[in-house]
Amino acid sequence: MRKLALSDEILLSVEKPARYIGNEVNSAKKDLKDIDIRFCMCFPDVYEIGMSHLGIQILYDMFNRRPDTYCERVYSPWPDLGNIMKEKNIPLFALESQDPVKDFDFLGITIQYEMCYTNILQILDLSQIPMLAKDRTIEDPIVIGGGPCSYNPEPIADFFDLFYIGEGEVVYDELLDLYKECKKKGMSRRDMLIEMAKIPSIYVPMLYDVKYKEDGTILSFTPNVEGIPSTVEKSIVMDTSKIGYPAHPIVPFIKATQDRVTLEIQRGCIRGCRFCQAGMLYRPTRERDVEELKAIAKEMIESTGHEEISLSSLSSSDYSHLKELIDFLIENFEKKGVNISLPSLRIDAFSLDIMSKVQDIRKSSLTFAPEAGTQRMRNVINKGLTEEIILEGAGMAFEGGWQKVKLYFMLGLPSETEDDIKGIPQLAEKIAERYYEIPKDQRNGKCNITISTSFFVPKPFTPFQWAPMCTKDEFLGRAKLVNDTMKEQLNKKSMKYNWHHADVTILEGILARGDRKIAKSLLRAYELGCVFDAWDEYFDVNKWNQAFAETGIDQDFYTTRVRNEDEIFPWDFISCGVTKRFLYNEFMRSKEEVVTPNCRAKCSGCGVLKYKGGVCVENKN
Amino acid sequence: MKIRIKFSKHGCMKFIGHLDIMRYFQKAHIRAGLDMAYSEGFNPHQIMSFAAPLGVGLTSDGEYLDINVKSTESSKVSIEKLNKVMVEGMHILEYKKLPDDAKKSMSLVSAADYYVYPKSQEHGLSNQLTEQISSFLNQDEILVTKKTKKSEKTMDIKPYIYDFSIKNYSSCQEEVENLPAYFLSLATGSETNIKPELVLKAFYEFIGEEFQEAWFQIHRQEVYTTSDGKFVTLGSLGEDIE
Repeated sequence: MRKLALSDEILLSVEKPARYIGNEVNSAKKDLKDIDIRFCMCFPDVYEIGMSHLGIQILYDMFNRRPDTYCERVYSPWPDLGNIMKEKNIPLFALESQDPVKDFDFLGITIQYEMCYTNILQILDLSQIPMLAKDRTIEDPIVIGGGPCSYNPEPIADFFDLFYIGEGEVVYDELLDLYKECKKKGMSRRDMLIEMAKIPSIYVPMLYDVKYKEDGTILSFTPNVEGIPSTVEKSIVMDTSKIGYPAHPIVPFIKATQDRVTLEIQRGCIRGCRFCQAGMLYRPTRERDVEELKAIAKEMIESTGHEEISLSSLSSSDYSHLKELIDFLIENFEKKGVNISLPSLRIDAFSLDIMSKVQDIRKSSLTFAPEAGTQRMRNVINKGLTEEIILEGAGMAFEGGWQKVKLYFMLGLPSETEDDIKGIPQLAEKIAERYYEIPKDQRNGKCNITISTSFFVPKPFTPFQWAPMCTKDEFLGRAKLVNDTMKEQLNKKSMKYNWHHADVTILEGILARGDRKIAKSLLRAYELGCVFDAWDEYFDVNKWNQAFAETGIDQDFYTTRVRNEDEIFPWDFISCGVTKRFLYNEFMRSKEEVVTPNCRAKCSGCGVLKYKGGVCVENKN
Repeated sequence: MKIRIKFSKHGCMKFIGHLDIMRYFQKAHIRAGLDMAYSEGFNPHQIMSFAAPLGVGLTSDGEYLDINVKSTESSKVSIEKLNKVMVEGMHILEYKKLPDDAKKSMSLVSAADYYVYPKSQEHGLSNQLTEQISSFLNQDEILVTKKTKKSEKTMDIKPYIYDFSIKNYSSCQEEVENLPAYFLSLATGSETNIKPELVLKAFYEFIGEEFQEAWFQIHRQEVYTTSDGKFVTLGSLGEDIE
């Protein structure tokens, strides 16, 4: 039997010891004698969140296919254990072998949201790896960052040896082969990193210098050694049959947030919503072959024993073979007790028909994401959904027996007016009115409308990357206006309104468009005890404010400041294929309230045609 | 068709709680390709029940799980198929068909055997314990305070201790050989449920020491029901499928 890194006594004293023991179904077991490279994959949040992430399962599977590599996993220890490890000086360990992370060749950290940045520092700290890349030696693992937040890696650049920009399937093999070669040659850590920086999509922060203007914006961003590129291009898989697929994903013992098989049906999104970062980063849209998906679905159910399958993509309704795929899943799995959980689909006759087959109508709810309350505002953000479509979909659903509706909106969008804000509860009111048009004897009591708003954070590589963000008071004032307006409405009793805390949004805004100067504030915040900032019960805005103040960071510079067209952004050295010119044009079109058609309707020349694939070449052959 | 499965739980699997073990088996049945029977309704689920939930931290060689299947292969083949999809630390020992009118195992449980052994040599059991155990058992009554969610109550547990002695324990999974251990046979089930640590706490108090739970590993060896006034294993109520 494997020896565990933690004693029985510690494991029995912490919440959910299953988070720390590994041994799950389909987890990899390799003999260290047979391998050259030890790779530790990290999701810097609690186990149940990290285990729900498809990307790690894809990379884990991909690395372990290499006979010379053993990929293991590590997640953030929950604070109960985190404190014990710190106090007893127990080094953070990987789940599979239970060996210390610091003994690995690589520590790869996926960075899915800004609020995990202090967790990254905790991972390094507990692993007993120097927090700053410049302090590491050849004995330390090479710390790699990836995932959506690596598209603006600057606030955390000091903590990473390198970032992998883009989809993992493309250059990891090359990187690992190069590592083996460098190790054989006995190269220094710095020389090795210089060689790695020559691989496309690999960004080594310490090899680039940033100069600032007096006003704090960037003057120049240039490599400080010869032979490495000044622009880092994203990696992208253009042959979808080569998109990795973990047909035997790991099955956790404890219930993960997503306790099911996830089938990735496509990458990218054709819609072009102007607030959406994923919609720009993952262009062009690439669909997976439906026959292949059917086979993978079957294999995944058989290899995991999961009793639920769900589809993953940014906009499932746009997948061309959706009907065929769902019919297949229903036909093959429903009888076997496998539930089919549908992603948020566009509400129309087709999706209602499917939903009625796989869900209990009385219990399930319809989800609409209009994102904004008025048509004007929806034009600004380029969200194609119209009030007509929403009311028609809701009407059909109500007549089909549904009575629960969830509506998702954003508050604080660029150019938002009082009318736009009031439009949010007013749209809910119209939906309620539509429900009560159904004769009393044919409907099932009250309808139940939940309005949720999130506060808008401008993200890099979106047309709104130039836009100023609201202040905390502005955000809360807008939420109050939604609430007050709703309470004056006739059908207020059929509605419920949820909104978020504004403090965490401000922090997200600072980190999302931050530069290298932020790193010292992050370090200070961690020293002050900030960790698990994504969790309400741990987020402490006072400590963060203290950290920014002590490190001389003006928060407004990153959030409410108006940015000029020609400003050099911290992330401009990265190319995600979509050009800055396109993004700026889209920003201008948003000001004119002009809608840009989706990629299938008309090419808008965003720049990703250069990859010569996906939706850009559909029906063109 | 009702099936009773007997399994063991060792190593790091002792940290997986009862409800998660249930989820683990739901998935294992599918991976093994068993022809499971499902409940009716919008969210059909497998029909299954456990005999006596095992606490987190305990290992066992005598866990029972009842399932319903639509059809089945032989016991031998089914055991092989299930063992192929088990993780390290979980092992299927029996797969038996129950009579159609068999009661749920949970309602049948009447007793269980436990070994309680020291996790390290420095806490090994001393030679004088055998004598101390017999004077402990020779008391007229053994009073303990049982805490429930609402109240505390004092009860005499003597009638519910069917055996308490020192026996040697061996387990290849736990890498233990001929280790002197406490052996306890105790009333178990929904009516009276006596946990081994409760008895040992009373015993250590009796000899004027404190029971250090963290030094010991508690292992369940077998679970019994009563048939014609005798204890028989839960598994013996089923028959092997040829």
